[in-house]
Amino acid sequence: MNSLFLQEVPLSWYLLLSAVLFALGIVGFLIKRNLITVFMSIELMLNAVNLSFVTFAHQWHAVKGQIFVFFVMMVAAAEAAVGLAIIIAVFRARATLSVDRIDLMKL
Amino acid sequence: MNAYFHLWLIPLAPFAGFLINGILGRRLPKWLVTTVALLTPLAAFGVVLNAALGFFGIGKGVIPVIGSLPLPFTETFPLPWIDIGSLRVDFSFVLDQLSLVMLLVVTGVGFLIHIYSVGYMGGEKGYARYFSFLNLFLFFMTVLVLAGNALVMFIGWEGVGLASYLLIGFWFQKKSAADAGKKAFIVNRIGDFGFLIGMFLLLANFGTLSFSAIGEKLIANPGWQGGVLTVIALCLLLGATGKSAQLPLYIWLPDAMEGPTPVSALIHAATMVTAGVYMITRTHVLFDHSPFALGAVAVVGAATALLAATIGTVEHDIKRVLAYSTISQLGYMFLGCGVAAYSAAIFHLVTHAFFKALLFLAAGSVIHAVGGEQDLRRLGGLWKKLPVTFAVTTIGVLAIAGFYPFAGFYSKDAILYAAFLQGAGGKALWFVGLVTALLTSYYMFRLWYKTFLGKPSSPEAHPHECPWSMMVPLLILAALSICGGWIGMERFGAFLAPAVGVKSMAGNAQLELNLSIAAVAVALLGWLAADRFYRQRPRWASHQAHVNPRIYGLVLHKYYVDEIYGALIVKPLFGISKYLLGWFVDTALLGGGAWLLGGTAQFAGALLQRWQSGNLRSYAAWLAAGAAALLLFIVVPWSTIWPASLNLIFKMAGH
Repeated sequence: MNSLFLQEVPLSWYLLLSAVLFALGIVGFLIKRNLITVFMSIELMLNAVNLSFVTFAHQWHAVKGQIFVFFVMMVAAAEAAVGLAIIIAVFRARATLSVDRIDLMKL
Repeated sequence: MNAYFHLWLIPLAPFAGFLINGILGRRLPKWLVTTVALLTPLAAFGVVLNAALGFFGIGKGVIPVIGSLPLPFTETFPLPWIDIGSLRVDFSFVLDQLSLVMLLVVTGVGFLIHIYSVGYMGGEKGYARYFSFLNLFLFFMTVLVLAGNALVMFIGWEGVGLASYLLIGFWFQKKSAADAGKKAFIVNRIGDFGFLIGMFLLLANFGTLSFSAIGEKLIANPGWQGGVLTVIALCLLLGATGKSAQLPLYIWLPDAMEGPTPVSALIHAATMVTAGVYMITRTHVLFDHSPFALGAVAVVGAATALLAATIGTVEHDIKRVLAYSTISQLGYMFLGCGVAAYSAAIFHLVTHAFFKALLFLAAGSVIHAVGGEQDLRRLGGLWKKLPVTFAVTTIGVLAIAGFYPFAGFYSKDAILYAAFLQGAGGKALWFVGLVTALLTSYYMFRLWYKTFLGKPSSPEAHPHECPWSMMVPLLILAALSICGGWIGMERFGAFLAPAVGVKSMAGNAQLELNLSIAAVAVALLGWLAADRFYRQRPRWASHQAHVNPRIYGLVLHKYYVDEIYGALIVKPLFGISKYLLGWFVDTALLGGGAWLLGGTAQFAGALLQRWQSGNLRSYAAWLAAGAAALLLFIVVPWSTIWPASLNLIFKMAGH
């Protein structure tokens, strides 16, 4: 069933999609000023990488890649919890979420 | 021999005293400090005396722990000190006739001077410090004397130098004392350099530093003469001139008189300065195989003896007169070594230790009595006030001048006799020795007249005789200065013969008698001259100084030797230190280099700190750029694009 599906959509397309998503993540990370958007860009990059992991795992019939994806998702979830908590703390302290104005480690 | 006798007990006792008084001395009550300071040298002296009695087989029943002692007696620490390849140096002590004699002098006279110091230094602030240093000196000196090889001797050699430095600078608050200590130490370092080079050459040529092994090798090769042996012997001679204050390194000894007087007596007259003579005697086999080096020893000794004696005739400081006299008498000992009459040199060393220690202690008694005055021009007429000091000084003066039957007569006579028998050159040396004897007698009686006779210079002062603790050593040393020579050169030489060899003398009793008469005659002449110039016509000497200002000035300024050394060595060294090393190397090279390094780092930091803007997006951009660059580096097939010469670089980078 899977092979049928893959025969129709070549490997390079998946990878191309992954690369496009990753590039979008980078661009979003670089040009967006809102901390939450930056954070979402990071998630986007992670998922782009996840996509290529799954693709290769399928291509090479190796289960390692899929296990990696679980790890990445788990870390991303944890990171989201911690990251959002930090963002809330930053917002409380600075009353802003613009990354250009958050440029000091100390309060 | 038995299990209770150990050579290491001899140095250990004073070392224990050093530790106790050095660490705890400030907290201990004064009587306890005194007890420790006196008991430890006494213990060392006891062990040495025990060994001496054991050797002669006397008193076996009196002291149960001694049996008969065969000499030489060697004691080696069971583990080697240095054991590298074929080189092995042991920590070994040797007691033979030579070291036995030296030890008796060092610990015996040392103990007497410790007693004297109790009275002399009683009111001083650093009482415990003084005695700990004095004990430290005895420790190192006994190590030096007992050493079975050159390296162990070197420990003692450096150690006595250290103790000497510490004691010269005992009153370190006084700049002149601190400077004198430094001068003594630095001048001695020059001599130590010679000793070290000599030791290295010994290692290179003999493969051992043990005195007995070197002796055996030389005896096995009687044809080995001169050459490298001369170089070794001359290096050792340089070391000896430093420690024993001979030409050209004698300049530190007169300044060393800045130390307390008992220190001058012990270290700078009786024991430490004789270490050079002892060292030459200890390594005499080397000198015996090198006639040139032996001749150099004799010439150095004779020249020093004469030069120092002439300076002694015009010095005004009572201790400095004695210092120059010490240098002169050490010159005699070198002269004795130089004509291979080692036992005569050691004999003179022993008698000199007695009468020079006596003279210094008596001078200390005078200085103590008149409240610190040392200038002969301001002393005078003390014989009534200080009768005992006067009497013992008279004995000392007679002994050093070489009057019969005082100790100096026998030993000085033995050296002059040995020199006279050494052919034409020896006769010249003998003549120099005779002139020196004349000058010695003259300047010692000058000191005697100026200090004790004449009119009292300050009538309001009330000099007082010293306490018994100072008196007893004076009396004992006075007795030794009288009888010390009665043992006679023949018996003394026969006793030392196993250690230093026998010198065959082609003389006869009649010649010896004639030479003795000549020696006593010049001593008498010196006395008469001093009597005439300082008693009968007291103005004559100062009149001569006015008539011949150049000669007088030359001698008074010690032939400007200090100034010449200053101009030739010290000043250029200062110049090199200040400009080449200080300014160029230190300030320009090292300082500039450090400044350049620091400046570069600061400049780079100033540039790079702009990078760390704190702006999150700029960090992210750099991160992305870095990742992109890395990707580019990996993906693009550079090796096909770039010229072949650059391939290598990428290959090396593992690409």
